[in-house]
Amino acid sequence: MNLSLRFFRSTPILPGFPISFGFSVLYTSLVILLPISALMVYISGMSFQQYWFVITDARLLQSYKVTLSGAFYSTVIVTGFGFLLAWIITRYDFPGRRLLDSLVDLPFALPTSVAGLTLSTLFIPTGWLGQWFEPLGIKISYAFPGIVVAMIFTSIPFIVRSVQPVLEDMEAELEEAALMLGANKWQIFWRVILPTLTPALITGSSQAFIRSLGEFGAVIMIAGNIPFETEVTSLMLFVRLQEYNYPAAAAIASVVLFASLALLFLLQVMQTRFLNKS
Amino acid sequence: MTKARKKPAQIHQWLLIGLGIVLATIMLIVPLILIFTQALSGGLQLLWQNLRADYMVHATKLTLLAALITVPLNLCFGILLAWCVTRYDFFGRRLLITLVEIPYATSPVVAGFCYLVVYGLEGVIGRWLYEKDVQLMFAWPGIIMVTLFVTAPYVARILIPLMQKQGSEEEIAALSLGANGWQIFRKITLPNIKWALLYGCVITNARAVGEFGAVAVVSGTIMNQTLTLPLLVEQLNNDYKTAAAFTAAALLASMALLTLVLKTIMEWRQQNREQQTTAQTVS
Repeated sequence: MNLSLRFFRSTPILPGFPISFGFSVLYTSLVILLPISALMVYISGMSFQQYWFVITDARLLQSYKVTLSGAFYSTVIVTGFGFLLAWIITRYDFPGRRLLDSLVDLPFALPTSVAGLTLSTLFIPTGWLGQWFEPLGIKISYAFPGIVVAMIFTSIPFIVRSVQPVLEDMEAELEEAALMLGANKWQIFWRVILPTLTPALITGSSQAFIRSLGEFGAVIMIAGNIPFETEVTSLMLFVRLQEYNYPAAAAIASVVLFASLALLFLLQVMQTRFLNKS
Repeated sequence: MTKARKKPAQIHQWLLIGLGIVLATIMLIVPLILIFTQALSGGLQLLWQNLRADYMVHATKLTLLAALITVPLNLCFGILLAWCVTRYDFFGRRLLITLVEIPYATSPVVAGFCYLVVYGLEGVIGRWLYEKDVQLMFAWPGIIMVTLFVTAPYVARILIPLMQKQGSEEEIAALSLGANGWQIFRKITLPNIKWALLYGCVITNARAVGEFGAVAVVSGTIMNQTLTLPLLVEQLNNDYKTAAAFTAAALLASMALLTLVLKTIMEWRQQNREQQTTAQTVS
Protein backbone atom coordinates (compact mmCIF):
# COMPACT_ATOMS: atom_id res chain seq x y z
CA MET A 1 0.00 0.00 0.00
CA ASN A 2 2.74 2.36 1.05
CA LEU A 3 4.69 1.49 -2.03
CA SER A 4 1.79 2.02 -4.38
CA LEU A 5 1.13 5.40 -2.81
CA ARG A 6 4.68 6.37 -3.56
CA PHE A 7 4.36 5.21 -7.15
CA PHE A 8 1.08 6.97 -7.80
CA ARG A 9 1.03 10.70 -7.28
CA SER A 10 -2.75 10.54 -7.04
CA THR A 11 -4.88 7.47 -6.42
CA PRO A 12 -5.93 5.89 -9.70
CA ILE A 13 -9.69 5.90 -10.06
CA LEU A 14 -10.36 4.61 -13.56
CA PRO A 15 -9.74 0.97 -14.38
CA GLY A 16 -7.21 -0.17 -16.97
CA PHE A 17 -3.95 0.94 -15.43
CA PRO A 18 -2.18 -2.44 -15.54
CA ILE A 19 -2.94 -3.13 -19.19
CA SER A 20 -2.29 0.39 -20.51
CA PHE A 21 0.85 0.87 -18.43
CA GLY A 22 2.11 -2.65 -19.09
CA PHE A 23 1.62 -2.52 -22.83
CA SER A 24 3.02 1.01 -23.16
CA VAL A 25 6.15 0.18 -21.21
CA LEU A 26 6.67 -3.15 -22.96
CA TYR A 27 6.19 -1.64 -26.42
CA THR A 28 8.39 1.38 -25.65
CA SER A 29 11.11 -0.92 -24.36
CA LEU A 30 11.00 -3.34 -27.28
CA VAL A 31 10.50 -0.93 -30.14
CA ILE A 32 12.33 2.15 -28.94
CA LEU A 33 14.70 1.45 -26.05
CA LEU A 34 16.13 -1.94 -27.02
CA PRO A 35 17.62 -0.83 -30.37
CA ILE A 36 18.95 2.40 -28.90
CA SER A 37 20.59 0.69 -25.94
CA ALA A 38 22.02 -1.94 -28.28
CA LEU A 39 23.87 0.88 -30.02
CA MET A 40 25.21 2.07 -26.66
CA VAL A 41 26.38 -1.44 -25.80
CA TYR A 42 28.05 -1.74 -29.16
CA ILE A 43 29.85 1.57 -28.64
CA SER A 44 31.01 0.58 -25.17
CA GLY A 45 32.94 -2.26 -26.79
CA MET A 46 35.15 0.25 -28.57
CA SER A 47 38.22 1.80 -27.03
CA PHE A 48 38.20 5.55 -26.50
CA GLN A 49 41.07 6.09 -28.93
CA GLN A 50 39.30 4.09 -31.63
CA TYR A 51 36.05 5.99 -31.04
CA TRP A 52 37.78 9.37 -31.01
CA PHE A 53 39.72 8.51 -34.17
CA VAL A 54 36.51 7.69 -36.04
CA ILE A 55 34.45 10.67 -34.96
CA THR A 56 37.19 13.24 -35.63
CA ASP A 57 37.94 12.07 -39.14
CA ALA A 58 38.47 15.13 -41.36
CA ARG A 59 35.74 14.23 -43.86
CA LEU A 60 33.31 13.62 -41.00
CA LEU A 61 34.22 16.88 -39.27
CA GLN A 62 33.40 18.68 -42.49
CA SER A 63 30.06 16.86 -42.64
CA TYR A 64 29.20 18.11 -39.10
CA LYS A 65 29.85 21.61 -40.33
CA VAL A 66 27.70 21.15 -43.43
CA THR A 67 24.85 19.61 -41.44
CA LEU A 68 24.90 22.18 -38.65
CA SER A 69 25.15 25.19 -40.91
CA GLY A 70 22.50 23.79 -43.26
CA ALA A 71 20.15 23.18 -40.34
CA PHE A 72 20.92 26.63 -38.94
CA TYR A 73 20.27 28.59 -42.13
CA SER A 74 17.18 26.60 -43.02
CA THR A 75 15.75 27.01 -39.52
CA VAL A 76 16.25 30.78 -39.60
CA ILE A 77 14.63 31.08 -43.04
CA VAL A 78 11.79 28.68 -42.33
CA THR A 79 10.99 30.40 -39.04
CA GLY A 80 10.36 33.62 -40.95
CA PHE A 81 8.51 31.93 -43.78
CA GLY A 82 6.44 29.71 -41.48
CA PHE A 83 5.54 32.66 -39.30
CA LEU A 84 4.36 34.59 -42.36
CA LEU A 85 2.21 31.64 -43.50
CA ALA A 86 0.72 31.10 -40.04
CA TRP A 87 0.03 34.82 -39.74
CA ILE A 88 -1.85 35.24 -43.00
CA ILE A 89 -3.75 31.97 -42.54
CA THR A 90 -5.02 32.91 -39.08
CA ARG A 91 -5.44 36.66 -39.54
CA TYR A 92 -6.89 37.25 -42.97
CA ASP A 93 -9.66 35.98 -45.12
CA PHE A 94 -8.54 35.61 -48.70
CA PRO A 95 -9.32 33.30 -51.61
CA GLY A 96 -7.37 30.05 -51.33
CA ARG A 97 -6.87 30.35 -47.58
CA ARG A 98 -8.22 26.88 -46.75
CA LEU A 99 -6.21 25.33 -49.57
CA LEU A 100 -3.05 26.98 -48.30
CA ASP A 101 -3.83 25.79 -44.79
CA SER A 102 -4.10 22.18 -46.00
CA LEU A 103 -1.05 22.38 -48.25
CA VAL A 104 1.17 23.40 -45.33
CA ASP A 105 1.26 19.73 -44.33
CA LEU A 106 2.40 18.56 -47.75
CA PRO A 107 6.09 18.27 -46.74
CA PHE A 108 4.97 16.06 -43.89
CA ALA A 109 2.84 13.79 -46.06
CA LEU A 110 5.18 13.63 -49.05
CA PRO A 111 7.94 11.01 -48.76
CA THR A 112 11.32 12.67 -48.35
CA SER A 113 12.84 10.93 -51.36
CA VAL A 114 10.05 12.31 -53.54
CA ALA A 115 10.67 15.77 -52.12
CA GLY A 116 14.39 15.45 -52.80
CA LEU A 117 13.92 14.23 -56.36
CA THR A 118 11.42 16.99 -57.13
CA LEU A 119 13.35 19.85 -55.56
CA SER A 120 16.58 18.80 -57.24
CA THR A 121 14.83 18.68 -60.64
CA LEU A 122 13.30 22.11 -59.99
CA PHE A 123 16.54 23.78 -58.99
CA ILE A 124 19.01 22.42 -61.56
CA PRO A 125 20.31 25.25 -63.83
CA THR A 126 17.86 24.23 -66.57
CA GLY A 127 15.01 23.54 -64.15
CA TRP A 128 11.82 25.55 -63.74
CA LEU A 129 13.17 27.47 -60.78
CA GLY A 130 16.91 26.96 -61.21
CA GLN A 131 16.96 28.94 -64.46
CA TRP A 132 16.22 32.14 -62.52
CA PHE A 133 19.20 31.60 -60.25
CA GLU A 134 21.60 30.54 -62.99
CA PRO A 135 22.23 34.10 -64.36
CA LEU A 136 22.93 35.25 -60.80
CA GLY A 137 25.63 32.62 -60.56
CA ILE A 138 23.82 30.77 -57.78
CA LYS A 139 23.98 27.02 -57.96
CA ILE A 140 21.30 25.34 -55.84
CA SER A 141 20.93 21.68 -56.81
CA TYR A 142 24.04 19.58 -56.15
CA ALA A 143 25.50 22.34 -53.97
CA PHE A 144 25.16 23.59 -50.40
CA PRO A 145 22.10 25.84 -51.05
CA GLY A 146 20.28 22.70 -52.20
CA ILE A 147 20.71 21.20 -48.73
CA VAL A 148 19.20 24.34 -47.22
CA VAL A 149 16.27 24.27 -49.66
CA ALA A 150 15.55 20.61 -48.86
CA MET A 151 15.69 21.29 -45.11
CA ILE A 152 13.42 24.34 -45.49
CA PHE A 153 10.88 22.24 -47.35
CA THR A 154 10.73 19.47 -44.76
CA SER A 155 10.54 21.97 -41.87
CA ILE A 156 7.63 24.15 -43.04
CA PRO A 157 4.85 22.31 -41.15
CA PHE A 158 6.73 22.35 -37.84
CA ILE A 159 6.81 26.13 -37.58
CA VAL A 160 3.33 26.80 -38.95
CA ARG A 161 1.64 24.15 -36.82
CA SER A 162 3.26 25.32 -33.58
CA VAL A 163 2.57 29.03 -34.13
CA GLN A 164 -0.92 28.71 -35.61
CA PRO A 165 -2.87 27.55 -32.53
CA VAL A 166 -1.32 30.28 -30.39
CA LEU A 167 -2.18 32.96 -32.94
CA GLU A 168 -5.68 31.50 -33.15
CA ASP A 169 -6.18 31.66 -29.39
CA MET A 170 -4.63 35.06 -28.94
CA GLU A 171 -7.18 37.39 -27.47
CA ALA A 172 -8.13 40.31 -29.60
CA GLU A 173 -8.84 42.21 -26.37
CA LEU A 174 -5.14 42.28 -25.61
CA GLU A 175 -4.33 44.01 -28.85
CA GLU A 176 -7.31 46.33 -28.53
CA ALA A 177 -6.23 47.31 -25.05
CA ALA A 178 -2.75 48.10 -26.33
CA LEU A 179 -4.26 50.14 -29.12
CA MET A 180 -6.45 52.07 -26.67
CA LEU A 181 -3.41 52.81 -24.55
CA GLY A 182 -1.91 54.49 -27.55
CA ALA A 183 0.42 51.82 -28.87
CA ASN A 184 1.09 51.90 -32.59
CA LYS A 185 1.08 48.85 -34.86
CA TRP A 186 4.79 48.15 -34.47
CA GLN A 187 4.66 48.49 -30.72
CA ILE A 188 1.72 46.08 -30.59
CA PHE A 189 3.61 43.59 -32.72
CA TRP A 190 6.88 43.80 -30.81
CA ARG A 191 5.53 44.25 -27.28
CA VAL A 192 2.30 42.25 -27.33
CA ILE A 193 2.16 39.72 -30.15
CA LEU A 194 5.76 38.58 -30.42
CA PRO A 195 6.31 37.88 -26.68
CA THR A 196 3.15 35.75 -26.60
CA LEU A 197 4.37 33.81 -29.61
CA THR A 198 7.96 33.30 -28.46
CA PRO A 199 7.40 29.91 -26.75
CA ALA A 200 5.65 28.50 -29.81
CA LEU A 201 8.31 29.90 -32.12
CA ILE A 202 11.06 28.37 -30.00
CA THR A 203 9.31 24.99 -29.93
CA GLY A 204 8.66 25.03 -33.66
CA SER A 205 12.12 26.10 -34.67
CA SER A 206 13.81 23.63 -32.32
CA GLN A 207 11.73 20.86 -33.84
CA ALA A 208 12.65 22.07 -37.31
CA PHE A 209 16.32 22.21 -36.33
CA ILE A 210 16.33 18.70 -34.84
CA ARG A 211 14.59 17.30 -37.88
CA SER A 212 16.98 19.06 -40.24
CA LEU A 213 19.98 17.61 -38.43
CA GLY A 214 18.70 14.10 -39.09
CA GLU A 215 17.18 14.70 -42.52
CA PHE A 216 18.40 12.15 -45.03
CA GLY A 217 16.16 11.33 -47.99
CA ALA A 218 15.45 14.84 -49.23
CA VAL A 219 18.99 16.07 -48.62
CA ILE A 220 20.97 13.29 -50.28
CA MET A 221 18.96 13.56 -53.47
CA ILE A 222 19.67 17.26 -53.91
CA ALA A 223 23.08 17.68 -52.25
CA GLY A 224 25.23 16.00 -54.88
CA ASN A 225 27.13 14.40 -51.98
CA ILE A 226 30.57 15.75 -52.85
CA PRO A 227 33.09 14.68 -50.18
CA PHE A 228 34.27 17.58 -47.99
CA GLU A 229 31.66 19.84 -49.54
CA THR A 230 28.07 18.66 -49.48
CA GLU A 231 28.05 15.48 -47.43
CA VAL A 232 25.77 15.52 -44.39
CA THR A 233 26.49 13.42 -41.31
CA SER A 234 23.66 10.93 -41.82
CA LEU A 235 25.06 10.26 -45.29
CA MET A 236 28.50 9.56 -43.79
CA LEU A 237 26.86 7.02 -41.52
CA PHE A 238 25.20 5.44 -44.55
CA VAL A 239 28.48 5.37 -46.47
CA ARG A 240 30.31 3.62 -43.62
CA LEU A 241 27.48 1.10 -43.44
CA GLN A 242 27.77 0.28 -47.11
CA GLU A 243 31.47 -0.33 -46.56
CA TYR A 244 30.44 -2.77 -43.79
CA ASN A 245 32.50 -0.68 -41.40
CA TYR A 246 30.15 -1.23 -38.46
CA PRO A 247 32.32 0.22 -35.67
CA ALA A 248 32.76 3.48 -37.58
CA ALA A 249 29.05 3.57 -38.43
CA ALA A 250 28.19 2.96 -34.78
CA ALA A 251 30.44 5.77 -33.62
CA ILE A 252 28.90 8.23 -36.08
CA ALA A 253 25.39 7.04 -35.20
CA SER A 254 26.10 7.65 -31.52
CA VAL A 255 27.26 11.21 -32.20
CA VAL A 256 24.08 11.97 -34.16
CA LEU A 257 21.92 10.25 -31.57
CA PHE A 258 23.50 12.04 -28.59
CA ALA A 259 23.15 15.38 -30.33
CA SER A 260 19.48 14.90 -31.15
CA LEU A 261 18.60 13.39 -27.76
CA ALA A 262 20.39 16.22 -25.95
CA LEU A 263 18.39 18.74 -27.98
CA LEU A 264 15.16 16.83 -27.37
CA PHE A 265 15.66 16.76 -23.59
CA LEU A 266 16.71 20.40 -23.58
CA LEU A 267 13.52 21.29 -25.41
CA GLN A 268 11.41 19.22 -22.99
CA VAL A 269 13.04 20.85 -19.99
CA MET A 270 12.55 24.31 -21.45
CA GLN A 271 8.92 23.59 -22.17
CA THR A 272 8.16 22.40 -18.66
CA ARG A 273 10.39 24.85 -16.79
CA PHE A 274 9.75 28.23 -18.25
CA LEU A 275 7.71 28.20 -21.42
CA ASN A 276 4.54 26.95 -19.75
CA LYS A 277 4.72 29.54 -17.01
CA SER A 278 4.00 32.46 -19.29
CA MET B 1 -16.17 30.10 -31.37
CA THR B 2 -13.63 30.90 -34.03
CA LYS B 3 -12.66 34.48 -34.35
CA ALA B 4 -13.90 36.20 -37.50
CA ARG B 5 -11.05 36.74 -39.92
CA LYS B 6 -10.54 40.20 -41.31
CA LYS B 7 -10.89 40.87 -44.96
CA PRO B 8 -7.54 42.43 -45.85
CA ALA B 9 -8.12 46.13 -46.38
CA GLN B 10 -4.81 47.91 -46.47
CA ILE B 11 -2.08 47.60 -49.04
CA HIS B 12 0.50 46.17 -46.68
CA GLN B 13 -1.89 43.40 -45.70
CA TRP B 14 -2.39 42.46 -49.33
CA LEU B 15 1.38 42.57 -49.80
CA LEU B 16 1.89 40.18 -46.89
CA ILE B 17 -0.71 37.79 -48.25
CA GLY B 18 0.75 38.07 -51.74
CA LEU B 19 4.25 37.34 -50.50
CA GLY B 20 3.02 34.34 -48.51
CA ILE B 21 1.11 32.95 -51.47
CA VAL B 22 4.02 33.43 -53.87
CA LEU B 23 6.48 31.71 -51.54
CA ALA B 24 4.04 28.91 -50.79
CA THR B 25 3.44 28.43 -54.50
CA ILE B 26 7.17 28.13 -55.16
CA MET B 27 7.82 25.76 -52.29
CA LEU B 28 4.63 23.68 -52.25
CA ILE B 29 2.55 23.93 -55.42
CA VAL B 30 5.23 24.09 -58.14
CA PRO B 31 6.90 20.86 -56.87
CA LEU B 32 3.55 19.07 -57.02
CA ILE B 33 2.90 20.26 -60.56
CA LEU B 34 6.40 19.17 -61.57
CA ILE B 35 5.88 15.63 -60.26
CA PHE B 36 2.74 15.07 -62.28
CA THR B 37 4.07 16.82 -65.39
CA GLN B 38 7.20 14.68 -65.37
CA ALA B 39 5.24 11.49 -64.78
CA LEU B 40 3.02 12.33 -67.75
CA SER B 41 5.84 13.64 -69.95
CA GLY B 42 6.16 10.35 -71.84
CA GLY B 43 2.45 10.15 -72.49
CA LEU B 44 -0.28 8.11 -70.82
CA GLN B 45 0.87 4.93 -72.54
CA LEU B 46 4.30 5.08 -70.91
CA LEU B 47 2.81 6.04 -67.57
CA TRP B 48 0.57 2.98 -67.66
CA GLN B 49 3.49 0.79 -68.70
CA ASN B 50 5.63 2.11 -65.86
CA LEU B 51 2.83 1.65 -63.38
CA ARG B 52 2.36 -1.97 -64.42
CA ALA B 53 6.05 -2.85 -64.36
CA ASP B 54 6.85 -5.77 -62.03
CA TYR B 55 9.07 -3.77 -59.74
CA MET B 56 6.46 -1.02 -59.36
CA VAL B 57 3.68 -3.44 -58.49
CA HIS B 58 5.92 -5.26 -56.05
CA ALA B 59 7.12 -2.08 -54.37
CA THR B 60 3.55 -0.83 -54.04
CA LYS B 61 2.46 -4.08 -52.41
CA LEU B 62 5.38 -4.07 -49.98
CA THR B 63 4.79 -0.42 -49.08
CA LEU B 64 1.10 -1.05 -48.41
CA LEU B 65 1.89 -4.17 -46.38
CA ALA B 66 4.25 -2.18 -44.17
CA ALA B 67 1.54 0.44 -43.60
CA LEU B 68 -1.13 -2.20 -43.02
CA ILE B 69 0.86 -3.82 -40.20
CA THR B 70 2.28 -0.62 -38.73
CA VAL B 71 -0.86 1.47 -38.45
CA PRO B 72 -3.00 -0.88 -36.28
CA LEU B 73 -0.10 -1.72 -33.94
CA ASN B 74 0.87 1.89 -33.40
CA LEU B 75 -2.78 2.82 -33.06
CA CYS B 76 -3.19 0.39 -30.14
CA PHE B 77 0.05 1.66 -28.64
CA GLY B 78 -1.00 5.28 -29.02
CA ILE B 79 -4.39 4.77 -27.39
CA LEU B 80 -3.06 2.75 -24.46
CA LEU B 81 -0.17 5.12 -23.87
CA ALA B 82 -2.36 8.22 -24.07
CA TRP B 83 -4.85 6.63 -21.67
CA CYS B 84 -2.07 5.68 -19.29
CA VAL B 85 -0.40 9.10 -19.13
CA THR B 86 -3.53 11.24 -19.14
CA ARG B 87 -5.76 9.24 -16.79
CA TYR B 88 -3.24 8.42 -14.05
CA ASP B 89 -0.49 10.36 -12.38
CA PHE B 90 2.41 8.15 -11.48
CA PHE B 91 6.14 8.16 -10.94
CA GLY B 92 7.94 8.35 -14.27
CA ARG B 93 4.93 9.65 -16.20
CA ARG B 94 6.85 12.51 -17.80
CA LEU B 95 9.75 10.20 -18.57
CA LEU B 96 7.44 7.86 -20.47
CA ILE B 97 6.07 10.77 -22.52
CA THR B 98 9.60 11.89 -23.35
CA LEU B 99 10.79 8.39 -24.27
CA VAL B 100 8.02 8.07 -26.82
CA GLU B 101 9.30 11.27 -28.46
CA ILE B 102 12.67 9.65 -29.18
CA PRO B 103 11.81 8.28 -32.64
CA TYR B 104 10.57 11.73 -33.55
CA ALA B 105 13.96 13.29 -32.85
CA THR B 106 16.14 10.41 -34.03
CA SER B 107 17.63 10.55 -37.50
CA PRO B 108 15.97 7.74 -39.47
CA VAL B 109 19.36 6.41 -40.62
CA VAL B 110 20.44 6.10 -37.01
CA ALA B 111 17.20 4.30 -36.21
CA GLY B 112 17.74 1.83 -39.01
CA PHE B 113 21.30 1.25 -37.88
CA CYS B 114 20.22 0.57 -34.28
CA TYR B 115 17.92 -2.17 -35.55
CA LEU B 116 20.76 -3.58 -37.59
CA VAL B 117 22.90 -3.74 -34.46
CA VAL B 118 20.24 -5.76 -32.59
CA TYR B 119 18.88 -8.05 -35.27
CA GLY B 120 21.74 -8.15 -37.75
CA LEU B 121 24.59 -10.63 -37.57
CA GLU B 122 26.57 -8.27 -35.34
CA GLY B 123 24.21 -8.66 -32.39
CA VAL B 124 23.52 -11.51 -29.97
CA ILE B 125 19.83 -11.69 -30.87
CA GLY B 126 20.60 -11.49 -34.56
CA ARG B 127 23.09 -14.36 -34.43
CA TRP B 128 20.69 -16.48 -32.42
CA LEU B 129 17.98 -15.83 -34.99
CA TYR B 130 20.44 -16.67 -37.75
CA GLU B 131 21.06 -20.06 -36.19
CA LYS B 132 17.30 -20.58 -36.14
CA ASP B 133 17.33 -19.60 -39.81
CA VAL B 134 15.23 -16.48 -39.28
CA GLN B 135 16.31 -13.47 -41.29
CA LEU B 136 14.82 -10.15 -40.25
CA MET B 137 17.31 -7.62 -41.58
CA PHE B 138 17.71 -7.08 -45.33
CA ALA B 139 14.26 -8.62 -45.70
CA TRP B 140 10.67 -7.40 -45.40
CA PRO B 141 10.27 -7.97 -41.63
CA GLY B 142 13.12 -5.54 -41.03
CA ILE B 143 11.36 -2.91 -43.09
CA ILE B 144 8.24 -3.29 -40.98
CA MET B 145 10.20 -3.20 -37.71
CA VAL B 146 11.93 0.09 -38.48
CA THR B 147 8.69 1.55 -39.78
CA LEU B 148 7.10 0.67 -36.42
CA PHE B 149 9.89 2.57 -34.68
CA VAL B 150 9.68 5.64 -36.88
CA THR B 151 5.90 5.98 -36.69
CA ALA B 152 5.46 5.02 -33.02
CA PRO B 153 4.93 8.54 -31.60
CA TYR B 154 2.31 10.00 -33.94
CA VAL B 155 -1.01 8.68 -32.56
CA ALA B 156 0.14 9.28 -28.99
CA ARG B 157 1.30 12.80 -29.80
CA ILE B 158 -2.10 13.70 -31.20
CA LEU B 159 -4.11 12.01 -28.45
CA ILE B 160 -2.20 13.10 -25.34
CA PRO B 161 -2.91 16.87 -25.50
CA LEU B 162 -6.52 16.23 -26.51
CA MET B 163 -7.27 13.73 -23.73
CA GLN B 164 -5.45 15.94 -21.24
CA LYS B 165 -7.70 18.83 -22.17
CA GLN B 166 -10.87 16.78 -22.05
CA GLY B 167 -10.11 15.51 -18.56
CA SER B 168 -11.57 12.40 -16.98
CA GLU B 169 -14.74 13.75 -15.35
CA GLU B 170 -17.04 12.06 -17.85
CA GLU B 171 -15.27 8.72 -17.44
CA ILE B 172 -15.37 8.95 -13.66
CA ALA B 173 -19.09 9.73 -13.82
CA ALA B 174 -19.62 6.64 -15.98
CA LEU B 175 -17.59 4.57 -13.52
CA SER B 176 -19.74 5.73 -10.61
CA LEU B 177 -22.81 4.73 -12.61
CA GLY B 178 -21.41 1.21 -12.75
CA ALA B 179 -19.83 1.04 -16.21
CA ASN B 180 -16.83 -1.25 -16.61
CA GLY B 181 -13.54 -0.26 -18.20
CA TRP B 182 -14.38 -1.41 -21.70
CA GLN B 183 -17.80 0.27 -21.60
CA ILE B 184 -16.23 3.52 -20.43
CA PHE B 185 -13.73 3.44 -23.25
CA ARG B 186 -16.26 2.48 -25.93
CA LYS B 187 -19.09 4.77 -24.88
CA ILE B 188 -17.29 7.80 -23.45
CA THR B 189 -13.66 8.07 -24.51
CA LEU B 190 -13.86 6.73 -28.04
CA PRO B 191 -16.60 9.06 -29.30
CA ASN B 192 -14.69 12.02 -27.85
CA ILE B 193 -11.45 11.18 -29.59
CA LYS B 194 -12.82 9.45 -32.68
CA TRP B 195 -11.73 11.98 -35.28
CA ALA B 196 -8.39 12.68 -33.69
CA LEU B 197 -7.81 8.94 -33.72
CA LEU B 198 -8.56 8.65 -37.42
CA TYR B 199 -6.39 11.66 -38.01
CA GLY B 200 -3.59 9.89 -36.14
CA CYS B 201 -4.06 6.83 -38.36
CA VAL B 202 -3.83 8.95 -41.50
CA ILE B 203 -0.63 10.63 -40.31
CA THR B 204 0.91 7.32 -39.21
CA ASN B 205 -0.01 5.80 -42.53
CA ALA B 206 1.56 8.67 -44.46
CA ARG B 207 4.79 8.37 -42.53
CA ALA B 208 4.81 4.59 -42.85
CA VAL B 209 4.33 4.76 -46.60
CA GLY B 210 6.94 7.48 -47.02
CA GLU B 211 9.74 6.37 -44.71
CA PHE B 212 13.06 6.40 -46.52
CA GLY B 213 16.19 6.66 -44.38
CA ALA B 214 15.48 3.91 -41.88
CA VAL B 215 14.15 1.56 -44.51
CA ALA B 216 17.13 2.25 -46.78
CA VAL B 217 19.47 0.98 -44.06
CA VAL B 218 17.74 -2.32 -43.34
CA SER B 219 16.32 -3.13 -46.75
CA GLY B 220 19.42 -4.10 -48.67
CA THR B 221 17.61 -2.63 -51.70
CA ILE B 222 16.96 -5.83 -53.59
CA MET B 223 14.78 -5.22 -56.66
CA ASN B 224 11.42 -7.02 -56.49
CA GLN B 225 12.12 -8.08 -52.92
CA THR B 226 12.88 -5.34 -50.47
CA LEU B 227 12.27 -2.12 -52.35
CA THR B 228 9.50 0.08 -51.05
CA LEU B 229 8.14 2.88 -53.23
CA PRO B 230 10.26 5.68 -51.68
CA LEU B 231 13.38 3.54 -52.17
CA LEU B 232 12.31 2.75 -55.69
CA VAL B 233 12.14 6.49 -56.47
CA GLU B 234 15.78 6.88 -55.50
CA GLN B 235 16.88 3.67 -57.20
CA LEU B 236 15.23 4.52 -60.51
CA ASN B 237 16.63 8.04 -60.38
CA ASN B 238 20.14 6.68 -59.81
CA ASP B 239 19.67 4.45 -62.85
CA TYR B 240 18.67 7.53 -64.89
CA LYS B 241 15.16 6.18 -65.41
CA THR B 242 13.69 9.59 -64.72
CA ALA B 243 10.23 8.99 -66.14
CA ALA B 244 9.80 5.81 -64.10
CA ALA B 245 11.16 7.54 -60.99
CA PHE B 246 8.59 10.29 -61.40
CA THR B 247 5.86 7.71 -61.95
CA ALA B 248 6.62 6.22 -58.54
CA ALA B 249 6.88 9.76 -57.17
CA ALA B 250 3.48 10.63 -58.63
CA LEU B 251 1.97 7.54 -57.05
CA LEU B 252 3.35 8.61 -53.66
CA ALA B 253 2.34 12.23 -54.24
CA SER B 254 -1.24 11.11 -54.95
CA MET B 255 -1.26 9.24 -51.65
CA ALA B 256 0.11 12.36 -49.95
CA LEU B 257 -2.64 14.51 -51.47
CA LEU B 258 -5.25 12.00 -50.34
CA THR B 259 -3.70 12.19 -46.88
CA LEU B 260 -4.06 15.98 -46.88
CA VAL B 261 -7.72 15.79 -47.91
CA LEU B 262 -8.55 13.19 -45.24
CA LYS B 263 -6.56 15.07 -42.63
CA THR B 264 -8.38 18.32 -43.35
CA ILE B 265 -11.78 16.61 -43.08
CA MET B 266 -10.88 14.91 -39.82
CA GLU B 267 -9.40 17.97 -38.16
CA TRP B 268 -12.51 19.86 -39.11
CA ARG B 269 -14.77 17.15 -37.66
CA GLN B 270 -12.79 17.00 -34.41
CA GLN B 271 -13.00 20.78 -34.03
CA ASN B 272 -16.74 20.69 -34.67
CA ARG B 273 -17.12 17.99 -32.07
CA GLU B 274 -15.19 20.00 -29.49
CA GLN B 275 -17.26 23.09 -30.23
CA GLN B 276 -20.45 21.11 -29.79
CA THR B 277 -19.34 19.76 -26.43
CA THR B 278 -18.26 23.19 -25.26
CA ALA B 279 -21.58 24.61 -26.39
CA GLN B 280 -23.40 21.89 -24.44
CA THR B 281 -21.44 22.56 -21.27
CA VAL B 282 -22.07 26.29 -21.56
CA SER B 283 -25.84 25.97 -22.06
